Amino acid sequence: MNISLILQMAADADPDRIAIVCEGRRWSYGELHRAATGAARLFRESGASHVALLDENSAAAAITLFGAAIAGIPYVPLNYRLADVDLSALLARIAPAALVGDTARAERLNPDGGHLFWTRQTLIEQAEARADGPELEESDEPVAVQLFTSGTTGVPKAAVLRHANLLSYILGTVEFMSAEEGEAALVSVPPYHIAGIAALLSSTYAMRRLLLLPAFEPDAWLDLASDEGATHAFVVPTMLARVIAAMEARGGHELTSLRAIAYGGGRMPTELIDRALDLFPEAAFTNAYGLTETSSTIALLGPEEHRAAHRSDDPTVRARLGSVGRPLPTIELEIRDEEGRKLPVGERGEIYVRGDQVSGEYRERSALDAEGWFPTRDAGWLDAEGYLFLAGRADDVIVRGGENISPGEIEDVLMTHPCVADACAVAVPSLEWGEAVGVAIVVRPGHDPASEAELCELIRSRLRSSRVPERISYLEVLPYNEMGKLLRRQVKAHFQG
Amino acid sequence: MKPGTKLKSSVCDTEVMVIRVGEGDIECGGAPMAEERPAERGTVDAAFAEGTKIGKRYVDEAGTIELLCVKAGTGSLALSGTALRAKDAKPLPSSD
Repeated sequence: MNISLILQMAADADPDRIAIVCEGRRWSYGELHRAATGAARLFRESGASHVALLDENSAAAAITLFGAAIAGIPYVPLNYRLADVDLSALLARIAPAALVGDTARAERLNPDGGHLFWTRQTLIEQAEARADGPELEESDEPVAVQLFTSGTTGVPKAAVLRHANLLSYILGTVEFMSAEEGEAALVSVPPYHIAGIAALLSSTYAMRRLLLLPAFEPDAWLDLASDEGATHAFVVPTMLARVIAAMEARGGHELTSLRAIAYGGGRMPTELIDRALDLFPEAAFTNAYGLTETSSTIALLGPEEHRAAHRSDDPTVRARLGSVGRPLPTIELEIRDEEGRKLPVGERGEIYVRGDQVSGEYRERSALDAEGWFPTRDAGWLDAEGYLFLAGRADDVIVRGGENISPGEIEDVLMTHPCVADACAVAVPSLEWGEAVGVAIVVRPGHDPASEAELCELIRSRLRSSRVPERISYLEVLPYNEMGKLLRRQVKAHFQG
Repeated sequence: MKPGTKLKSSVCDTEVMVIRVGEGDIECGGAPMAEERPAERGTVDAAFAEGTKIGKRYVDEAGTIELLCVKAGTGSLALSGTALRAKDAKPLPSSD
């Protein structure tokens, strides 16, 4: 199996249809396939062990991904936002690589790696020049993509996605050539994120026109969406908030073409999604939950479920707006306790998944258990109808005197206070309990901060007394990474420092 | 044979990728499919001439095998003489 099949089928079925619009150039599926084939020749001749990308989104990223697949060399998109010292360590781990993008930086950071370099432009030129030639022999390399996990909890792990995992995900969730003429998806998530890779593969298999924004910026996003008539978009919650702010700053900018908005990658504040549902009354919203190790989406909350929850007065239905929907029909999902026993409905535990799209594999080891289940380290619970609610990372659980406390339940209650704009609960060292609850609060502009006593009373009235924070800190902002993921480790360090 | 194996029709342009492997002979246009196309192309059996469509997935009634058509042709697919049917699409909202 090889994910290059996705592009090959698209190019066979309708070579003239537009695949990618980026930096003023329009690429047809035929052109994209030819360039990817040329790139595959370059990569294979290079003798590299990995094909790396150190760049923003562009047509070159798509050519590099598919070119690596055709060549049968693992594709490793790198996070260009990393500090030099971290990036140089990763470059050494993938040497010798065929590297596309910021060649000057890569050469400076890992001069002895034996890497071969192409810039965005030289790759496109040389790949197109090498499009014709003897047919490339098919490869049986099983690994399609290697992604270094963001390392919010330690040294980056090299997560491995096999061709079989990614193809299973695409074939199970996308119907070939299902896009109508004129459909266009705006993608602004970075290429080193699993959502960026999944967007490229899904869009190609559906044969949707892909509008690539090299790097997210709300005004550029709005301009591209309007100019190209974007019908679909994928955003992380932070991007959605910034797009809405930019629309308001423009005095009610309208995006009439936008029919579907998918989001994921971080916690979506209920207030923000409610606002977005009102602002785009005709749009179909989809919340997708997934991990790098699961080839992207494993659960989703669909458009009708969003509208039903948005209109409902029933608290159970209404609460589903804060869920990530139901598991895909092609995977199995369970909530388990610390001993690995399956938990009943409503009880919080660790989310386990199993299915063909689930890799659960790192270069160093596989995290799958003997029966093929992947422990996600995400905590969550299911409601009676099978809707999945996330409750932070399993590692974030606060263990107070032997009692497990999920930060999410405390944060949810704090967020109901009118003065609280953002909240984060973490474990703080406690002489008496081992660990106790510490909370960091961001006060909403224009509001007076609630006193510590008031916040403690709010928690005590809604949850058990063990949840009452021992320490409260008022911060200007909480630390997030660029994908909107809350960096709890830094909040924890704040309490320890 | 394993999942991912590509088979070609010996009587038309059809190519499939095996998604789920089962017992029996995989045929197209009334003739067995193979990894390599024969030097000389045979003729499509009129009883198996409805054609294949690219991107469609084909299954037997029992659901033991599943094939993805990656190149369309004029023959139609069968498992040991029994016609396969195109699997209904279960569309999911686009999530990425």
